[in-house]
This record gives sequence, structure tokens and C-alpha cells, in this order.
Amino acid sequence: MVDNTIPRRRFLVGAGLASTAVAAGLASETPNPIQAEISKTPVPAPPSAQAARTEPELLLALTATEAAFISAAVDTLIPADELSPSGSDCGIVIFIDRQLASDWGGGAKMYRSGPFHKGKPEQGYQLALTPRQFFQTGISEANNWSQKTYGKELDGLSQAARVEALKAMEEGKAEFASLGSRAFFNALLSITMEGFFSDPAYGGNRDCVSWKMLGFPGLPATYANKFEEYRSKRYVAPPRSIVDFS
Amino acid sequence: MATRLKEVDALMVGMGWTGAILARELTKAGLNVVGLERGPDRTPGENFILPAIRDELRYVQRLELMQDNSVDTITFRNAASELALPIRRFGAFLPGEGVGGSGIHWGALHWRFTPADFRIRSHISERYGAKAIPEDMTVQDWPVSYEELEPYYDMFDKVCGASGKAGNLKGTIVEGGNPFEGPRSDNYPNGPIKSAAPSLMFAEAAKSLGYHPFPAPVAIASAPYRNPEGITLGECQYCGYCNRVGCEANAKASANNTIMPTLRSEPKFSLRTRAFVTKLVYDKPSKKVTGVIYTDMRTGEEYEQAANIVVLSSYVFSNTQSLLLAGISEPYDRATGKGVVGKNYCYQFEAGAAAFFEDKEWNTYMGSAGVGICIDDFNSENFDHSGLGFFGGGYFICGQAAAPPIAGRDLPHGTPRWGSEWKRATMKWYPRFARFNTQGSVYANRENFMDLDPTYKDAFGRPLIRMTYNGTENDHKMSRYLLGKLEGIIKAMNPTHYDMRPRPRNFTIVPYQSTHNTGGTMMGSDPKSSVVNRYLQAWNADNLFIMGASVFPQQHGYNPTGTLGALAYWSANAIADKYLKSPGPLVHA
Repeated sequence: MVDNTIPRRRFLVGAGLASTAVAAGLASETPNPIQAEISKTPVPAPPSAQAARTEPELLLALTATEAAFISAAVDTLIPADELSPSGSDCGIVIFIDRQLASDWGGGAKMYRSGPFHKGKPEQGYQLALTPRQFFQTGISEANNWSQKTYGKELDGLSQAARVEALKAMEEGKAEFASLGSRAFFNALLSITMEGFFSDPAYGGNRDCVSWKMLGFPGLPATYANKFEEYRSKRYVAPPRSIVDFS
Repeated sequence: MATRLKEVDALMVGMGWTGAILARELTKAGLNVVGLERGPDRTPGENFILPAIRDELRYVQRLELMQDNSVDTITFRNAASELALPIRRFGAFLPGEGVGGSGIHWGALHWRFTPADFRIRSHISERYGAKAIPEDMTVQDWPVSYEELEPYYDMFDKVCGASGKAGNLKGTIVEGGNPFEGPRSDNYPNGPIKSAAPSLMFAEAAKSLGYHPFPAPVAIASAPYRNPEGITLGECQYCGYCNRVGCEANAKASANNTIMPTLRSEPKFSLRTRAFVTKLVYDKPSKKVTGVIYTDMRTGEEYEQAANIVVLSSYVFSNTQSLLLAGISEPYDRATGKGVVGKNYCYQFEAGAAAFFEDKEWNTYMGSAGVGICIDDFNSENFDHSGLGFFGGGYFICGQAAAPPIAGRDLPHGTPRWGSEWKRATMKWYPRFARFNTQGSVYANRENFMDLDPTYKDAFGRPLIRMTYNGTENDHKMSRYLLGKLEGIIKAMNPTHYDMRPRPRNFTIVPYQSTHNTGGTMMGSDPKSSVVNRYLQAWNADNLFIMGASVFPQQHGYNPTGTLGALAYWSANAIADKYLKSPGPLVHA
């Protein structure tokens, strides 16, 4: 197994590699006709995203340690392969940072009065923590556990060890001192998938990479004249984001 | 001290579907009407437009259109012996906020209850014997019949521009429609929405088993349409953004695009948004609600708005909470079975399946609720329950409703949730799956109810409403039976793989299941067993009319909006026709 250890601050400059990685991935591997079709008609990237690629990304919520953990985690959950670049090259670290800095990350529209009780799983989330605080706590717990178990924090582990560590959390076998490792893993997986599949306007899903993989055309999504014609065959169109229409 | 405002003829507490219907009908009757709405205003031209509306993260994941739990929420427990805890962020159900309410983000499945549903206790007793209904099953007959409500169902169909295929036109069964439905006085205003490929396969399989498939009825226009308010709706664009989102095509009906445009230009109507009603002012001796107290959320100032008629048109939980806080009618007591407010809380007992077809290629992201095909063979009293050990049922649907990339993907059970193998499976199955649902009824049980929470408070210091709910043995048996029948149809479709998805034993507050909460202020034929009479007038407050699914005695195997819309028109007609001529009780207890 090749040691894919990523230096802690790689991700700060890694963002600049994204467009190249995506382009290379799609040009060299054409696993289905839709991707072949789409790669012939490149979607112009939004000016803001292009500008961002030449500059290191500014973090609004995550510390460097937290960003390194998230980067290692999302690159394990969404590894670079023939279907997409790695999670961080898709912009998911930036996506998560922006989400945790958003009003949602700060606990907006969330009932936060006590008393606080653990409750039954049927009663849902019962912690006093906002999503931002929950991730800060969870990352710290996960790194402590990783340090104790493997002698290194998650981003210092080989790809194989990262997979093993995340599986232990997924199964709730990683022992965290405060919140449960399974709950943390589920939240991490959920926000990673949001970053991979949401509109690129939010910083993830760079160049609509996941939409190309799925064959999802994005906007404008007006199919009244196409629905019957394409009832039983794929409709192929280069995906367009909210940004392309703004 | 609240600033007192001059009395108005009528006021609405909440401006969703029922608030808009009542406001419109009462201004037509000549009344000056004020609409109070806790949330913001929303108009299709400003809020439901490209490109911003096509934002799954904002609307589907971050719940843009839903109530703000930081202001108020509800507490939940499975049983009266447990400690209820607050829902800190909505999950299983999603009440909306703002003008249009939950009627903006609904899927727009547009159903009527069957004639038998309206007299379910009598029907079961007659068909299966006087002792057939278990003691703990507190189902009640509705105090209104299907036949009485039919003209109002028809009116609501036309306001919404509903699309579908009639199955029973004035008593004549029509091929291709739902043969089990009650007689309709008229066709749907629009023909059915185009069906999706898996829906057509489902139809064929269902037919081969002797069932009766038909296109899903929806409040979504299948063609450009002008409603009785003179408002033009657009044609469904099959965009796949119905649930949790407003309709960009102006095809899915909401109060915002079918009634509000007319109401906004009506000089007798005035709308106050960010006006949070905290209290009904109840004068018990005179049996009147003299007005309401509300907080202007923009300034923090409190007002007392007096009104001659008060229409409580908020969501199920707020309706029930308002009555409990005001002391109108007796709260339900689980121990004795006495009292009515909070009684017969019900839900929708949905369970589903997914099937995967290796040799197909579909655009699963296209669609709307209307592309589905349904069968109604195992709903209501459409089938014989003798020896089954349960009552109730639900319709089945298969369609593409649709599959946005974050939340809409589906994979066979056992597939890894991440990594390259997950990615390959996702890419393979995204265009090759179909989903199924059974819309199970919930027949009321004495253990399921709402009351005021003893501990948790909202932003105004009021006790939160507390929900005590779990699936009953009856409803679990019903659901398993439906899934068994559904599995037969899925097998006949010959999928590569399928997963049946039964309900867990306990009701859980996550993940999302259905925003079909009902009961708490139920309608009935006397004040001992109900909160409102057949015209939705409160037994203990003559000038208070309560709208919405909180008046349902139980929840049947259909989506509730068609019936709550019909009831709103029925009640508005009674107010205009009877109450205004002779204010006072419309039914004598």
C-alpha cells in the first residue's frame, strides 16, 4: 500500500490543483457516454471560482488542524479515482468550512434551551452544541482517539489506516470521551455528501464534478417537452449551476 | 401592556391554505379581514424563481421554508411513561412558516377521503360487528358526510387546477381512474400528469395481479389553466423540485399562486406578516374569543387585535396549543379518557420500498408527485378486513418524485456508504431505481395525544406542546400487510434487486417521514367527544372557527390537504350563509 500521507497544510494550496485534476480525470477516463458527451462541452467556470483557484483558500471557521482532519477524512470518504477527484479537490473542505461558518453552523433555527438530557435515539439530537461546535468537538475527539490508537492524528495516517479509522467510527467502535463516534461519523458523512453533491455555488462539487458523474444536468430543469421523449433513455446535457445563471 | 387595536370583522391566525381560503371567502361575504402570519410574506414572482429556487442545499437540507425551532418547537416522547424532549430541529415532519405555510413546500398529492372514511366507526361496526373495534381504538365518525363535502372538494380541485383521472363520475365507474373513490360531480380540471417509466411498469404489474392502477391525483396543473379566481397557473415542468421547495413553473398549487394574488388586491383584506399570535383572548362566560394577542416580531411590540370572528388557521400543533393555553374546552386526560383538546393525535403510517433495474436507463431526477401511478385496492374499507386483525389501509404509489443529487439517490441495502465502491454503485444505480410508498392510515388510539409540556418553553415563555405518540399494534399490522401486497407487485416488475423498507417498531423524530400530523381539536357531533362542530365552529366559543387537519378525528390512508381544503370551503360557506345571518351556535349541543 502506498503511503498517501498528506502534509497538514497541503490542502491550503491543494485547491489550486482542482481544475487540472477534474479536467484530467474526465478527459482520460470516459466511463460512460454521458461523460464523454459532457466533456466535449465544457461549462465555463464562474469567475469567482477561477479566481479562488489561483489563491490559497481563506478559512472562516476551521483551524488548520481541523482543516487537515477534514481534508484527510473527505479524501478517504471520496477518494480520487476514475470517477472523480478527491473530496478536497472537489472543494469539500471549503464547503464544510463555509457551512460551519454559516448561520446553520451557528445553530440558527435550532431550539437550544435546556434542560439537556441524553434521551432515546427516537428523540433525535439532544446536545447543546451548534453544528460548528459539534464538529469542533468531534474532530478533537477523533484526533485524540487516532493518536491513542495509531500514534498519529488522522491526517498523519496512511490511506489504509484512515479507512480503518473511519470504519471504526462508522460502527461506533472508536471510543470518544464525549459525543459518540457513530453520531460524529454520520454527521461527517452527511456534510461531506452535501459538499460533493450540492450546487457548486457553495464551494464544493467543483466544476459540477459529481453531477457529471451522475448525469444530473442541474439547471434550469424544465423538462415538460422532454419528459416523454426521454422516458426510457438518458437525457444528456452539460450540467449548469446556479452560478451559471446568476 | 398590549396596544389595543380597533375591532375587525374577522381575523385569521395563520395564512397558509386555510387562512387564505377563509380570508378570501369572508371578504367576498363583505367582511373586513385581517390576516396575521408569524412568518414572512412570499410571492411566486419574488421567491420561487430561477436560478435561486433550484437549490437543494438551501431548501431540502437546510429547510429554508420551515418553522424556526429557535422560537418554538414541540416536545416528543413515545409513551406517557417517558420524559418528553424538545425537537431541536425538525426531522420526521416539517411544518412550514410564512404566507402559504406548509402548502408551499408540499408534494401536492391531492386526495379525497372515501365515503366510508367519513363514517368509519359506524361502517366497521356494521360490517364486522358491534365489538369489532378494539377498546383502545378511539376512532370516530366525522360529523359531515362525503356527499355533503363533495361540492367543496370540487371547488378546491378547481382552485388548485388539480390534475388526475376521475374513476367515479356521478356514480359511473370510469375506466383508468380510481374505481374506489366516492362519486365526483365533475372531472379533474386538468388531465393527468405524464407518467414515468417505472410508474407504467408498476401499472402493468398491478393490473396483471387484478388491481386497479390510475395516475396519481395532484394539485399540479398538467397544462396552463385559469382557476375560478381568474388566476393563471403554468404547466408542470417535471423539474423534480416539489417537496420542500416552491414551484418555479407556477404549476403546483399553493395559497400564494391560487388565492393570494386576488386577496392582495382586495381592499377589505389586510395582511400583517411577522405577527406572532401568542394568545387567544377568551371570554368564557360569553363563550367568545374577543380577539388575539400578538407580537410584532419586527419591533417586539405586543398588540391586542379585537375581532368579531376569529379563525384559527395555524398548524396542527399551534392550533391545539392555542386552545390549551386559552382554556377553551376540556384538555384530554389519558388516564380517564375524558376531555377533548389534544385527543386523537394521529400521523401517517407510511412504509415503502425501492427496486433496482440493471437493464433500464431513466432520468430519475425528472418528475413530480404526479408522474406516479397508484392503486387504492388496499385502502380504507375498499377491501375486506375480516380475520386480518387490523383496520385501515393506504394507497400505493410508484413514481419519480424525484431524485435530486444530495437527498434523492438510492442504493441497494448493503452497499458501502462511501469510498470508490460506493461511488461506482451510485453511478450505476442513480438512473436505474424506482421508489414505492404505502400511505398508511393511523386509526386513533387513546395512548396517542398532545398536551402542554411541564418543562420546556418557547421564546415567549409559553409551554411547548408535547406530543405522545407511537405506532400501534393495529397500524403496524396494517403496514406489514400493505408491504406484503406491495412486494407482490414489485416481484411482478422483475427487478434486479429490491428492498422492502418496513417501519421501525418505535416512531422516531428523525428521519423525515411525513408532515401529515392530525387531530387535537377534532370535529364531532357533540361537545363531549369533540372540540368543533360540523361547521368547524368551536363548541365553547361561538365566534371561533378552527381550520386544518387538527379537526380530523383520525387520519385515513390519503394525504390530508384535499380534505382540509374542502372543509375550509365548507366552513366558510356556513359562516357566510348561516353564521352572519344569525351569530351564535350553528349546531345546538
